[in-house]
Amino acid sequence: MLSRTASNLYWLARYMERAETAARFLEVGARIALVPNVGHGYRNEWDALLRAAGTSIQFAQKYGEPIQRNIESHFFFDQENESSVAACLTRARENGRIVRTALTAQVWDALNTAYQELRELERTPRSELSLSQLTDWTMRTTALIRGTIDSTQLRNDNYDFLHVGYHLERADNTARLLDVKYYVLLPQVEFVGSGLDNYQWMTLLRAMSAHRAFHWAYGGEVTAARIAHFLILNPQCPRALITCVDGLNTHLERLGRGYGRRTPAQSAARQMLARLAETEVAEIFDVGLHEFLSRFIDEVGAVGQKVHDSYLSGDVR
Amino acid sequence: MIDFFNEMYDAGGVRPPYAKLRDWMDTMPAELRSLKQAEAEALFRRIGITFAVYGEGGDPDRLIPFDMFPRVFAHAEWRRLERGIKQRARALNAFLADVYDRGEIVRAGRIPKRLVYLNEAYEKAVAGIRPPKGVYSHIVGIDLVRTGPDEFYVLEDNCRTPSGVSYMLENREIMMRMFPDLFGANRIEPVDSYPSLLRRTLASVAPEKCPGDPTVVILTPGHFNSAYYEHSFLADLMGVELVEGQDLFVEGEHVWMRTTRGPERVDVIYRRIDDPFLDPLCFRPDSMLGVPGLMDVYRAGGVAIASAPGAGVADDKAIYCYVPEMVRFYLGEEPILENVPTWQCAKPDELKHVLANLPELVVKEVHGSGGYGMLVGPKASKEQIEAFRAKLTEQPHNYIAQPTLALSTVPTFVEEGVAPRHVDLRPYCLVGERIELVPGGLTRVALTEGSLVVNSSQGGGVKDTWVMAE
Repeated sequence: MLSRTASNLYWLARYMERAETAARFLEVGARIALVPNVGHGYRNEWDALLRAAGTSIQFAQKYGEPIQRNIESHFFFDQENESSVAACLTRARENGRIVRTALTAQVWDALNTAYQELRELERTPRSELSLSQLTDWTMRTTALIRGTIDSTQLRNDNYDFLHVGYHLERADNTARLLDVKYYVLLPQVEFVGSGLDNYQWMTLLRAMSAHRAFHWAYGGEVTAARIAHFLILNPQCPRALITCVDGLNTHLERLGRGYGRRTPAQSAARQMLARLAETEVAEIFDVGLHEFLSRFIDEVGAVGQKVHDSYLSGDVR
Repeated sequence: MIDFFNEMYDAGGVRPPYAKLRDWMDTMPAELRSLKQAEAEALFRRIGITFAVYGEGGDPDRLIPFDMFPRVFAHAEWRRLERGIKQRARALNAFLADVYDRGEIVRAGRIPKRLVYLNEAYEKAVAGIRPPKGVYSHIVGIDLVRTGPDEFYVLEDNCRTPSGVSYMLENREIMMRMFPDLFGANRIEPVDSYPSLLRRTLASVAPEKCPGDPTVVILTPGHFNSAYYEHSFLADLMGVELVEGQDLFVEGEHVWMRTTRGPERVDVIYRRIDDPFLDPLCFRPDSMLGVPGLMDVYRAGGVAIASAPGAGVADDKAIYCYVPEMVRFYLGEEPILENVPTWQCAKPDELKHVLANLPELVVKEVHGSGGYGMLVGPKASKEQIEAFRAKLTEQPHNYIAQPTLALSTVPTFVEEGVAPRHVDLRPYCLVGERIELVPGGLTRVALTEGSLVVNSSQGGGVKDTWVMAE
């Protein structure tokens, strides 16, 4: 297939996943903001969110105060914020339009319908839209598109490039969502293990639609260590870092086999998986969660670059 | 008052090909009609067939209005049109092969030298090159209008890359989906073989230097182009890659495309970009859309390009006047389809006639398209006419004039019910090893009452076009 087509498919998936993450960010923020703001040492919860999303400076310049309405604009509607739901969906659809021929009618239909609905939402008076409506719509839409991909696309290299994009983006995004915790609450000893601490952890689980799954998997106490284990190292959790890296491996392996050619992307992803499989939660907390996540995000970025060089750049020999 | 030919009704009542449509029309409740119209629009939007008009801004996802009332040809009517269209496509290709070779028709004094060799669309760069199978224009779109039961005129020829065929195919799909009963009651010839015929046509002109099953691609200017939908639609139905200039490169004696597995040889390029953008080393140096070195490979017979560079010289509006002459000269036949009588403003005595009769004439730019830069005399204001008079006097070479044709009408759904609206027809003739024409084409309709301009950029719509089976 054309390298450019592969690239469009890969980015289509990345933007879809990123749109979903923007909605999840909104949800985390809204829930954290519902807890009474006790004591010192806090930053404004919304501000924490913006920092984790990496857009706090951009936000401050455009909107000033982080109040909920502005946050909604920023994370959902703002086309100038490259990570907003609207910007991501628009670009996902544009990538899809470019490679219409590589998508099934169902996938295109879902993608295009999402775009038409988005235009409709943009025309709806804001007073008639609640935050949960926006986030629910986004998650339903992204799930629908992903569902059409899984149930209708041929299992060929198209499919693998879509999934490489999905898994890479999800790995990056889960790490960033986890990192919200670091920004919300600077690691001050007196808060660790407090009721508030646990509440924030639960909120994160919720934002990843994983709070019930967590209880099924672990039962009993909610502790930072267990949640970190669930979201980083437990292959049962669909958003866990290890699950994303595993999926990335599966699809890069399939590409390598199909093309009869090993690539640096494949080796890098395999090494990442091997390291994660050996890691224990205690080690993560020893290094510091934030440090661990930062390094992980860098590694994901490096694999992304290798995928680009190995398949998408058009200079393949 | 001009008397317009109505394709559905004549003095004797409903004309036979439309017989069954009358009941359909009469028995359709108004609510159902608007329901179906909304359904059609939703289908078009969901499929993503949209049309962006150059430089107009506004909604980039605008739809071309679709009218549900079909336009119908009787079998015999179509057979005659078909012969005429194929004849014309053959003559146009013979002309192209000739003017890039010995130029016999010019030597014989049948066409003025100046019109051919000084024509902007004449590509000196390809003179002397014989494209594979000698075909220059592989998809010939011939715009036809009707003025009476047996009177058809060719309005213009499109030898480069005529667009709109996706509408021919989608209009039919949507009609079949919405009104299956109509297709049960009428015997309508199918058009859905077009994509496979197109692929076969393109494959048949693969260069001899390219052994094996030829790789065909469509070359698009990119997804910002207003016809991008059509490019991707055709690529999909033919099962070929849709490439941009950046996806191709030249190495050795061939053109290659960049794939995830490495370079893959390309044998036939169906290009949907204009000559000047094909190769920055040969034509416009600032073109970002083309492939550097493409013309060298083409010259050496390493790749086929459809339509061949330079094909535009045959569809120029000044050359148009000589197409009947081409039919006689190359084929030794009488033209089956007539030209619209045309005055060439470049000729002083004809210009005089044109200037004296501007309010009755249609004046067009020789190189214009899309219905822009033209004057429709009977519809124009005094000021518009005077403005055009000035342009004409200044640059007569740029214009031709034709009588205002009494374009036929077909019943069309409008606000108040059903009313006659003017139509034209663009069939798509395929020329490769064989000449093929699917029974149908794109009918464009001027939706504004009394309007004769059917261009989609000027508020025209489209209809499904039926050819009845024998």
